[in-house]
Amino acid sequence: MDISILVNLTYIAASILFIVGLKMLGSPDTARQGNFLSASGMLLAVVITLLDQNIIDYRFIACALIAGSIVGYFAATKVQMTSMPEMVAIFNGFGGIASLLVGSAEYVVSPLDNSALMGAIYFTVLIGGLTFTGSLIAYGKLSEIISGKPFLYKGQQFVNGLILLAILLVGINMLFIQGMISPNQTLILLISLAFLLGVLFVIPIGGADMPVVIALLNSFSGLAACAAGFVITNNVLIVAGSLVGASGLILTNIMCKAMNRSLANVLFSGFGAVSETNSGGGEKQGEVSPINAQDAYLILEAASSVLIVPGYGMAVAQAQHAVRELGELLEANGAEVKYAIHPVAGRMPGHMNVLLAEANVSYDVLVEPEDVNPIMETVDVCMVIGANDVVNPDAKENEGSPIYGMPIIEVDNSKTVFVLKRSMASGFAGIQNPLFFKSNSRMLFGDAKETVSTLVSEFKG
Amino acid sequence: MESQIILLVFILVLSIFLGVELITKVPSTLHTPLMSGANAISGITLVGAILSSGSSELTTIILGTLAVFFASINVVGGYLVTNRMLGMFKKK
Repeated sequence: MDISILVNLTYIAASILFIVGLKMLGSPDTARQGNFLSASGMLLAVVITLLDQNIIDYRFIACALIAGSIVGYFAATKVQMTSMPEMVAIFNGFGGIASLLVGSAEYVVSPLDNSALMGAIYFTVLIGGLTFTGSLIAYGKLSEIISGKPFLYKGQQFVNGLILLAILLVGINMLFIQGMISPNQTLILLISLAFLLGVLFVIPIGGADMPVVIALLNSFSGLAACAAGFVITNNVLIVAGSLVGASGLILTNIMCKAMNRSLANVLFSGFGAVSETNSGGGEKQGEVSPINAQDAYLILEAASSVLIVPGYGMAVAQAQHAVRELGELLEANGAEVKYAIHPVAGRMPGHMNVLLAEANVSYDVLVEPEDVNPIMETVDVCMVIGANDVVNPDAKENEGSPIYGMPIIEVDNSKTVFVLKRSMASGFAGIQNPLFFKSNSRMLFGDAKETVSTLVSEFKG
Repeated sequence: MESQIILLVFILVLSIFLGVELITKVPSTLHTPLMSGANAISGITLVGAILSSGSSELTTIILGTLAVFFASINVVGGYLVTNRMLGMFKKK
């Protein structure tokens, strides 16, 4: 009895460490210590759990712990910062499958007539399973193993409806009328349906909407852990899981607001496919004015304020280091340099911030759209590097546009806009961008990294 | 049993409100580390996995051991990668 009190007191201590750790993650100055506190909480919870008297054999636990830690260590230390979105996606998935396995492990030894326990297992397996396959699909899309385009088919809603109905029926069978099918069949059926739901839930969502999906899957991985807490009646799982669930939901909400779309719209509309039909075959909007790097350099050299607007294209081209170098040269040349970062730029919340941090850009020159839009008229040059939809003036001007109403970085109000772009192919969502045709826009075609490096060498020149 | 579940639900509701209060204040610069740090916390399911893995029933041991493996990737990888990212956030 004594040991169980000690265990529970330790779980309280671990919960406090998680809460304080998360709080400290809220400021760049304390974030690192916060993460450390949260990790100490985890270590404490794991170590005290190992003292549990019901554990019969430690060999399997030890092997799995060591193997998992080694895999986690190498994954975390080897991953490139540009691959961070898929890394976070796959870790979410592992959390989900772990919760599913815990739920299943308890199911095979639990009394079937305990409805509360069955309900908890049901939700653990369901949420864990859909988090797992959903994350794998997100991983595939982000690492371009599978196409990032939204995948839509006829009758999609109907098929999804059928699966949800089947999941509901399995739940009723599990909770209220056992015996229609054997317990093992019930479990396998539930796992399969959860897996299927995860795949079908993420597959119609396009790459540009991935920040929403990752934040949502993050939330689900927490909720799965929380549900597992109900299965094994363990407070620390419930506290930690629901903290993560809440944080993921808030991030999801922030991402949706930044796109002026509801969560339902992101999940069910297959954005790219819808917009293709809406834009009516892409009518010509005028001629673009290309510019070469030499002329761009002359304009930059004379500029006294420069705003850099990075997007996913900067990540793809791995241009962040060259961009930082250009920024430093511009500053040395007497210009004020800021980086405007849209909340949904890139493939996960905060993606651009991480890349620029990696390239040693100080975080106090990173600004948000609402900070720069009011002073946009005073900016001499905006450099749009691999961003498209987040600077599309259609969001303000064209009511027929699928992105109408989305808050954007209003670069078209600045004196000169340089758009670094590989070619004139339309952006991810397939929407025309009238920014390219404005009289103050100049197109710098080519690979973003090469273009920026050319500008850097012109400055050093 | 019933009173225990009510207690757990009570904890759940309070934690969700606490989570909402904590996270609303995080600046967008830190969204990625926040997400991966939170993700590491969701690996707390490791605690449940360890208990299952130490059971006497063979199926439970197998499933639990697999769970320990995946959860520890999530925990170790999640914290390390968050730490690595946060190490890069510098102010001039």
